[in-house]
Amino acid sequence: MPAKTKFEVKLGAATREAFGRALVELGRENKDIVVCDADLAKSTMTTYFQKEFPERFFSCGIAEANMTAIGAGLAYAGKIPFIASFSVFVMNKGFEQLRTCAAYPNVNLKVVGTHSGISIGEDGPSQMSVEEIGLACSLAGFVVLAPADEISTKALVRAAAAHVGPVFIRTGRPKCPIVYDAGQKFEIGKAIEVVEGSDVTIIAGGLLVAQSILAAETLEAEGISARVIDMHTVKPIDREAIHRAAAETGAIVVAEEHLVDGGLGVRVAQVVAQTRPCPMEFVGIQDTYAESGQPDELLDKYGLVARDVAAAVRKVVGRK
Amino acid sequence: MAKSLEELQAIAKRVRREIVVMIGAAKSGHPGGSLSAVEILVDLYFDHMRIDPHNPKWPDRDRFILSKGHAAPVLYAVMAETGFTPIDQLNTLRQLGSIYQGHPDVRFIPSLEASTGSLGQGLSLAIGMGLAARLDGRAYRTYVMLGDGEIQEGQIWEAAMSAAFHKVDNIVAIVDYNGIQLDGFVKDIMEVAPLAEKWRAFGWHTLEIDGHDLPAIQKAFHEAEATKGKPTCIVAHTIKGKGVSFMENNPKFHGTAPTPDEVKLALQELQ
Repeated sequence: MPAKTKFEVKLGAATREAFGRALVELGRENKDIVVCDADLAKSTMTTYFQKEFPERFFSCGIAEANMTAIGAGLAYAGKIPFIASFSVFVMNKGFEQLRTCAAYPNVNLKVVGTHSGISIGEDGPSQMSVEEIGLACSLAGFVVLAPADEISTKALVRAAAAHVGPVFIRTGRPKCPIVYDAGQKFEIGKAIEVVEGSDVTIIAGGLLVAQSILAAETLEAEGISARVIDMHTVKPIDREAIHRAAAETGAIVVAEEHLVDGGLGVRVAQVVAQTRPCPMEFVGIQDTYAESGQPDELLDKYGLVARDVAAAVRKVVGRK
Repeated sequence: MAKSLEELQAIAKRVRREIVVMIGAAKSGHPGGSLSAVEILVDLYFDHMRIDPHNPKWPDRDRFILSKGHAAPVLYAVMAETGFTPIDQLNTLRQLGSIYQGHPDVRFIPSLEASTGSLGQGLSLAIGMGLAARLDGRAYRTYVMLGDGEIQEGQIWEAAMSAAFHKVDNIVAIVDYNGIQLDGFVKDIMEVAPLAEKWRAFGWHTLEIDGHDLPAIQKAFHEAEATKGKPTCIVAHTIKGKGVSFMENNPKFHGTAPTPDEVKLALQELQ
């Protein structure tokens, strides 16, 4: 749904909130949906599910490794477990369990990380997850999803439940701009072109999708036609969309709220290198840990706003 | 069909022979902790668990998870003896393409209940299965065997706490308390005693038995099944390398395969 009219930043629900709501809907439809949380239900928003289905909600205490493997055990026994925590905790403290108990035997476990990226804000770096896309993608057989707004989160949580096999879903803390109309269809592995363009492609994920749309509008006024793609599925990545972007626009910027090392950017670059090499630039967090602050201040300071995406586009276009 | 004590003992002896021979053929593997667990696994598979080798995915079957996955040879021998897997392939253990992987792997043996091998995880998996059984209103029980060195892993105690908290009374943890881990005696590497007291403090119904005494094992499993409202832990005092004199209580045979001569000697002892 290419944006023809000016993109208005209209804040919708946080993606974690959309996840919590979607989970309740799923719970109503399928009694095999069960949920584990590690003392963060009021933050991950699994609390909605807990209230409606207390018998299918398992409080695991502050013990992510155990929660992850309990989730795997539930999956082995035929349930569709969603385990949730802050991304930084479930991915780091539960990583080995994700690897050996879920990825390796390919069990039907759904892992939802909330409060991802630096936009968690004031809590600071110990709570900020900036590496979990890389970690999740290194789990063989995992599907890795990073939705951009509440509409896509709802749809992708449903898609994750319907998919047979392990899935990681990255969600965030703050309210985030609405990118999609309510009727938009989403399919795992199928990127969405949100802005048409011919001179350059911006491939974005999460909060950076809205920023990239804003950047494309600025660039249009400068005579640069920028395509914007929401790569909501990081794995399996949409190779076809990347190949087409490289072939048709000849330059690519990847924008994400994640370390540039190991994130969406390197995965796009891998496909570009294999299909149609072209100049690329990367917007993301540069080999550092952030600090406390308001989400907007942090995104601005660490170079993750429309201005930074536009600057990268100008640079990459200059290299064509 | 219930097996007599003599029959179970005869199976245990065969299993011990198979363990020694398959690890000898593989030239690597873990004989000590396989031999210490023989009676417990033989009783589970031939006497206690409700299982059907002809219908391995029967939804109401009891489950067994070998959390100390390095003792795979004892599980393989017992599953082969039960009829779940081909007995004539046991000696392909650890070879490329063998279903008998170095550690239990559900991709190769679908009748296994879980892939294991990284210590500390199996108890949590069992809790997940126990919770699912309860939700589904099914009567199956899940048995999980832990090593005494394995319980040094912090996740075991996260799991112990949560099993009692959720009153998962359809799972049974069996600690193979043989006193030896890779680097030496457990008491010298990281003492885990007092074991029964720890499990009791974590809210488990806890029994201590001689893990080679079949009637004691049977009695413990029945007591576990009759225990409601809390999970049961069976601390099974065992002898690492049990049945082969030069392997008994010898840390070397935690993870060293017997040589062809040692296999011969062991088989003479296991006549």
